[in-house]
Amino acid sequence: MRAAQASTSEAPLIRVRGLENRFGQHVVHEDLELDLYPGEILGVVGGSGTGKSVLLRSIVGLLRPRAGRIEVFGEDLQSLSADARSRLERRFGVLFQRGALFTSLSLQENVALPLIEHAGLARADAEALARVKLALAGLPGEAAIKYPAELSGGMIKRAALARALALDPEALFLDEPTAGLDPIGAAAFDRLILTLRDALGLSVFLVTHDLDTLYTACDRVAVLSRKRVLVADRLDVVAATDDDWIHDYFHGPRGRAAQRAANPVEDP
Amino acid sequence: MTEPGHIDQQDGRLAIAGDWTLVHYSTLKRQVERLAGSREPSHQGIDLERLDALDTAGAVLLMELVGPAALAAIDDWASDLPATRRALLRTLGEAMADNQPPTARPARPLRDTLARTGQMVEELWQQQRQLLGFIGQVLATLAATAWRPGRWRITSVVAQLHQTGLNALPIVALLTFLVGAVVAFLGATVLRDFGATIYTVNLVAFAFLREFGVLLAAILLAGRTASAFTAQLGAMKANEELDAVRTLGLDPIELLVLPRVLAMMLTLPILTFVGMLSGILGGALVCLLALDISTAQFLAILERDIAVQHFLVGIGKAPVFAFLVAVIGCLEGFKVSGSAQSVGEHTTSSVVQSIFVVILLDAIAALFCMEMGW
Repeated sequence: MRAAQASTSEAPLIRVRGLENRFGQHVVHEDLELDLYPGEILGVVGGSGTGKSVLLRSIVGLLRPRAGRIEVFGEDLQSLSADARSRLERRFGVLFQRGALFTSLSLQENVALPLIEHAGLARADAEALARVKLALAGLPGEAAIKYPAELSGGMIKRAALARALALDPEALFLDEPTAGLDPIGAAAFDRLILTLRDALGLSVFLVTHDLDTLYTACDRVAVLSRKRVLVADRLDVVAATDDDWIHDYFHGPRGRAAQRAANPVEDP
Repeated sequence: MTEPGHIDQQDGRLAIAGDWTLVHYSTLKRQVERLAGSREPSHQGIDLERLDALDTAGAVLLMELVGPAALAAIDDWASDLPATRRALLRTLGEAMADNQPPTARPARPLRDTLARTGQMVEELWQQQRQLLGFIGQVLATLAATAWRPGRWRITSVVAQLHQTGLNALPIVALLTFLVGAVVAFLGATVLRDFGATIYTVNLVAFAFLREFGVLLAAILLAGRTASAFTAQLGAMKANEELDAVRTLGLDPIELLVLPRVLAMMLTLPILTFVGMLSGILGGALVCLLALDISTAQFLAILERDIAVQHFLVGIGKAPVFAFLVAVIGCLEGFKVSGSAQSVGEHTTSSVVQSIFVVILLDAIAALFCMEMGW
């Protein structure tokens, strides 16, 4: 596995080595290796059922891997005490596929919850801060007192992003953030992630199926196939890799369209 | 090199210094609020050179000091700040520039209380209307499918029978057995003063055949099965499965409600019968052990004194209770609106309603039977 030239000098924020995951007889990952470097947006792609979400869940500690080592901020999440682990978990934010907002809380309460619980802010302060985060995620002010059931899919994704950003995490995990959004909303979401990365200096682990997201937002792309990371590098390097699946993925009709949209000038 | 964030005032200028991060939020907030009272938000006279760490929480406080518009134009007045810092402040300023805080409604306690009361009465009325309407729908669907054996969902009914009936059998038997023993003890205690302990047999038999057998079984099913129906259908509703059933040209009432209702109507009479037997068994055991009434004597009294009509009165109520409990459970499931909270609310409501209906109907039936001399 090669890392992008720009980031080889820095120590990775997240280092996955020899990861093995299996459900019963079904092996999902075997000897998987992956790095996430500070400040980069890493797109993770792969066919359905190649274990992209499983990889994300193992890294954030929701799933105990069968074997292998996952270092987050230089420490092994599985071997830490509950307290140390909770402190570490505050340093990353997770956006789940369907938002996973707490349905019994309004949006500002959803975002304020980690601020109250972990940062020890007073409720009024936490909710004021939560409203700013919601605005930062591109939601209008009056949405703050609404409940998740009253929102569209795109707004739920934005609110969930605001919650993931509540504690100013260093690493952000996004599980298919643009799935189910209309193309305009998806493009806006891509820009939002870029803006936030530049403004907050985030490292982003982004599981996606969306080729446009890969072309517009990602610094590096990791391809999951045959139970491991086939290649993780800059997009042009990955797209040129000699592999049937990668070729079909990047040079199929949708791949070409996304590439044209991202680089209109270079197109012959 | 890191120091807590603070504001230094020198010659009328404000120097922002230290770490402006979430950790120092409350102390910084106090300083900012003290200053905000005495000056208009603007970037005039603010120096950012000594700012160390900055996160969104700190940026929000800075925004209170300088205002969103000045923050969005950060490049004009603090161009020596690192680009990432400026990007954060600019992004925040732009996001908050035309962001209106939600307007809180003024509280009017009296009006709100009245409004809430009215709303609850209205909801109660709507609930009864809905229940009647739903019962009609279920009966109509039942009538439509009854004559077409091809549309009977036998497998589904059997699966529900297994879950609601067979699996509930042990708990119903145990519970009625215990209550039977308790009733026998009560009877023995009260009747001893009159030298009439032998009538404990009649008490237990009357109580269980007419009332307790069916009532206990129905209440247990209301708690055990009505809630399960609500949760099952509610989760399906939340997952849009009910909509999918409809768009496939199928009737959710025929597909999901009828098998449950029919299974319950078969189950409850059986459970009631088991409940009666095991209640009387509990009574007989107490009679044998505590009152020296032998089992043969117990059975002889049963045969002599207890007419079959008492059994019929008890078991006759079972299908009616079963129908109502199942219908309420299913209807509450259909009312679920997608949130986890809603599933909980409606499950509670379905159990409370079905137990209420069962006890209410039982009381009415008791009065009716007494007047009729049954």
